[in-house]
Amino acid sequence: MKTDVLIIGGGVIGASIAHQLAKYNMDIILVEKASDVCMGTSKANSAMIHSGFNIKGDTLKGKLALESNKVIKQLCDDLSVGYIKPLGSITVGFEESDLERMKGTLENGIKNGIKGMKLLNQKELHEMEPNLNPEAKYGLYEPETGIINPFEFTVALAENAVINGAKVILGTEVLDVIVEDKKVKGVKTNNGDIEAKVIINAAGLYADKIAGMVEAVDFEIKPRKGEYFLYDKKWRSVLNHPIYSAPTKVSKGMIIVPTVDGNLLAGSNAETIDDTTDLATSSIALNGIYGNTISHLFPQLPRMGDVITTFAGLRAASTNEDFIIEPAKTVAGFINVAGIQSPGLTSAPAIATMVEGLVREADHDLDFAPRTNYEKGRQAPVVLADLPYEERTALIEKNPDFGEIVCRCESISKGEIKKAIHRPIPATNIDAVKRRVRAGMGRCQGGFCGPKVLDILSEELNISPLEVTQKGDKSFVLASRNKELSLEEGDRNYEKISI
Amino acid sequence: MKKLAYDLVVIGGGPAGLASALEAKRNGVKKILICERAPYLGGILNQCIHNGFGLSYFKEELTGPEYAERFITEVEKTDIDVKLGTMVLEILEDQQIIAVNRKDGMFIVETKAVILAMGCRERTRGALTIPGERPAGVMTAGAAQNYVNLEGYIPGKEVVILGSGDIGLIMARRLTLEGVNVKGVLEVMPYSTGLVRNKVQCLDDFGIPLLLSHTITEIHGKDRVEGVTIAAVDEKLQPIEGTEQYVSCDTLLLSVGLIPENELTNKLGCEMDRVTKGPIVNEKRITNIPWVFACGNVLHVHDLVDNVTQEAEIAGKAAAALITGKMNEEEKIVEVTHDKNIGYVLPQHFDALNNQDKVVKFFLRVKNPDEDIKLVVKDNSEKVLMNVKKSIVEPGTMITFNLPRQFVTKDTSSIDISIAREQAE
Repeated sequence: MKTDVLIIGGGVIGASIAHQLAKYNMDIILVEKASDVCMGTSKANSAMIHSGFNIKGDTLKGKLALESNKVIKQLCDDLSVGYIKPLGSITVGFEESDLERMKGTLENGIKNGIKGMKLLNQKELHEMEPNLNPEAKYGLYEPETGIINPFEFTVALAENAVINGAKVILGTEVLDVIVEDKKVKGVKTNNGDIEAKVIINAAGLYADKIAGMVEAVDFEIKPRKGEYFLYDKKWRSVLNHPIYSAPTKVSKGMIIVPTVDGNLLAGSNAETIDDTTDLATSSIALNGIYGNTISHLFPQLPRMGDVITTFAGLRAASTNEDFIIEPAKTVAGFINVAGIQSPGLTSAPAIATMVEGLVREADHDLDFAPRTNYEKGRQAPVVLADLPYEERTALIEKNPDFGEIVCRCESISKGEIKKAIHRPIPATNIDAVKRRVRAGMGRCQGGFCGPKVLDILSEELNISPLEVTQKGDKSFVLASRNKELSLEEGDRNYEKISI
Repeated sequence: MKKLAYDLVVIGGGPAGLASALEAKRNGVKKILICERAPYLGGILNQCIHNGFGLSYFKEELTGPEYAERFITEVEKTDIDVKLGTMVLEILEDQQIIAVNRKDGMFIVETKAVILAMGCRERTRGALTIPGERPAGVMTAGAAQNYVNLEGYIPGKEVVILGSGDIGLIMARRLTLEGVNVKGVLEVMPYSTGLVRNKVQCLDDFGIPLLLSHTITEIHGKDRVEGVTIAAVDEKLQPIEGTEQYVSCDTLLLSVGLIPENELTNKLGCEMDRVTKGPIVNEKRITNIPWVFACGNVLHVHDLVDNVTQEAEIAGKAAAALITGKMNEEEKIVEVTHDKNIGYVLPQHFDALNNQDKVVKFFLRVKNPDEDIKLVVKDNSEKVLMNVKKSIVEPGTMITFNLPRQFVTKDTSSIDISIAREQAE
C-alpha cells in the first residue's frame, strides 16, 4: 500500500489531522491498532472544551487551546456534533488559600482574553449553585467553558476524512518505521507495509515508542491515570455549571461536569504510572475522589447506587508537560504530535492546523490544491429520541427497524444500531455500538440490551455470536454453545474457592 | 400519529401484567390493551426454565415458561388486545400513553386507567463501583441466564458469582449442569439473600461454596476476565486487609439486587418509596395518581412469582372498579408505619372505608435474619391489633399477613408494625 500522508493513531488528534489534510488533494491513510477510533486517551477524559481561563497562555498547549475555541463551534456544526457552549464554569473554594489561588487564576484568564470572569462571594456562589456544600465560601465564575461528546467528535472527524477519500485502517499496529537516507519511506505493520511520503506520529500513549523507531528521542510519555465517576441522569440537575474544586499547585482541580447526554461526570485524580495499558480503577483512588471532592462539593451525591460506572483514563503526558508538535530532528518526513494531555481534546482542531503547516514544510511536492468535491460535513446519524414524534413516525414507516426499541434505558432502536454498524467508521463490537448510539450506556449497563446488540452485530457482520466482542481484540462475550462444554475432552479444572 | 382508545392499558406482559389484565377482564373491563416490549408475552419467566413456580398459586410445581403459558393461554381466550415489541415511551398526565413499535410506528392511546407492570432490572457492576479493569465477561446473572436459556450460549468456563440473589443461585446450578466450573458464590452480607431452598438445591447439592461476608475488591483482565480478588468483610461490610485472595476465572456474574424499573413512573410524577424504589400505593395498588395502578416487581421486588400474581389480581380488580364506576368515592387514609428492623411494608397506606375486602393483605421484608419473633401490629392508640408469630425470618423471603378489617375503627388513622421477641413459654 502507498500513500502521501500516513497518520499513526486514531484518537481525536489523529482524526483531526486526517480531517484537516483531507481538505487537500492528497492520499491519506490513518492506522489505528485498536478495533475502533477513539480508544485511548480520547475515550476517557472530562469531555470539556476548556476555555483556557486556567491554562498558561504562553505554553503551546495554552496557545492552541485558545485558538481552538475560536473555531470549534463551527467545526462541530459542520460535522453535526453535539456541542454545548457556553456553559461556563465555577471554581469553588473553601479556604482563604483557595481564594488566593483563584485570584491568580482570574488574572491568568483575563490575560488570556477571557471576558466576563468574576470572583463570587459566598452568597453569589450559592445563588448560582444552590446545592453546593453550604460551607463553600469562594467562587470564581468563568463564562466560556463548553462540553462535547469526545467519541462523537472523534468519530465525526474520522468519518469526514473517510468521506473525503482518506482510508482509516483499524486493527493495524505500526511495528517499525522504515527510514532510508535520513528520510521516511513507510511503516511495517501487522497487516503489511505501507509506503508514505510523510508520517505523522499521533500515537498518544505510545508516541515515544513510535518516535523512537525513527531516532533517539528526548521525551518520554509518562501515562498519568485519572479515575472518574459517571452519575445517573437523575443527578444532572444538582448543578448548573461545570464545577472545579479549587486548583492546587499541580492541577487545575477536580471537576464535576455535566455530559452532553445529561449525565454527570466527576473526577479525576492524577497518578503517574508506567503501564500504558493499566486502566484499572482502585478503591483507594475512588474513595479519595469521592471523599475529598465529590462529597465535599455536593454531599447529596452518593458513593454508589446511582453511579452508572467508574472508569480510568490515561493522560499521555510528556516529561516536559507541554505539547510536542515538531518534525523529527534527524529524519525528514516525520512529524511528532506527542504529549497531548489536557487540554488536548479542546486543542485538537488547532493542533491539526499546526500539523498541516509542518506537513507543508516536510514535503514540498505534496498537492495542497483543494480536494475536488470536498464535503465539509457528514450525514448526521439519526437520533430518534431527539426527533419530534411525527418525524419518528415517518422514519419508522420507511424503515420499521426504527420502531423496534432495543435499549430500553436510552430508547435506542434497532435501526440506529444497524446504521452505526454500517457507517464510514463502522462500529464492530458492543462497546463501539455503545459509544455511537448509547445502547448499553444507561442504567442497566447493557444487562437487557447486551444480548440483543450481540445478536444484531452477529447478524449484520455475518459472524457467529461466539466471535462478537465487547471491545475488540480477544474480548469475546461468549465462550461456547450450550452442551458443547460438557462434551469437551481432556481434564478441566473443577477446583472451588477455598479459604 | 395513530390514536387508539382503551379502557385500560397494562404496561408489561410479564406475570404481573398478564394476571392484572385477566383480573380486570373478569371484573367487567371491556377494552384492555397489554403493551409488551419483548416480541413475546411472559416477561422474564421465559428465561426461568427451572422449576419451583406456582407452588402456592397453582398448588403444583411448574417451570417459568409453563407458569407464564397458563396466563398467556387465558389471555388468548379473551378479547384482550396485545401489542408485542411495543415500548411505552411516556405516560401523559391527561391519561394518554405514547408508545412505539415496528408496525404502528409512534402511537397514542387514550385510556381510563393504566396498570404499571414493567418489572425490574438488575443492579450492575457500575452501581456497586467494583474497582479494577473493565474486561468482557462481567455480566449480571440475568444476562447470563438470557444467553444460556434463550440464545443457547454459555458465557464462560470458570465462573465466580458475586451476590447470593436468587438468579445467581439458579445460574450457579444451570451453568454447572452445562459443564461450567462455578467456583463459588460470594455474599457481602453474613447471610444468604436468596431463598433458602435455592441455596440448598443450587449450591449445596452441587458442592458450590457460599462464602458469606465476602466480596470482590478487584477485577482483573484486559480483554476478558482473568480473575478476581476476593476478601472477607467486617461488620461495616468493608474489606479486611490481609484476607485478600486471587481467584482465577473468566467470568464474573453479578446477582446483587434488583431495582424496579420506574422510569415511566418517575417521569409521570408518581410519589415514590425510597426503600422499595417503587411507587407508594394503597391496598388496591393505586398510586397517588387515581388512574395509575402498579403491581409486581415494578412496585417492589418479589421473591415468588405467585405473590406477584396475587398482587396483580388486586391491582386488576381495583382498576376494574375504577373503570366500571364501583370505586368508593370517599376515602379515609390509614398510614402504615414500621420499626427499623423492618425494611419496608406494602401497601404504605390503606383506605379505612374500603368495604369490598374483608382483610388488608400486607407484604413486608425484614432487614436482618432472626428467629422466634412476632410481628406486632398496633393502631394509633397503641392498642395491639394482632400478633403474627414467625419462627424464622430473613430478608430474602417476603412475609405476608392479613389484617382483618374489623380491627380498623373510625378512629384508626395509622397502624404500626414492629418486631418483638417471642417470649419463651
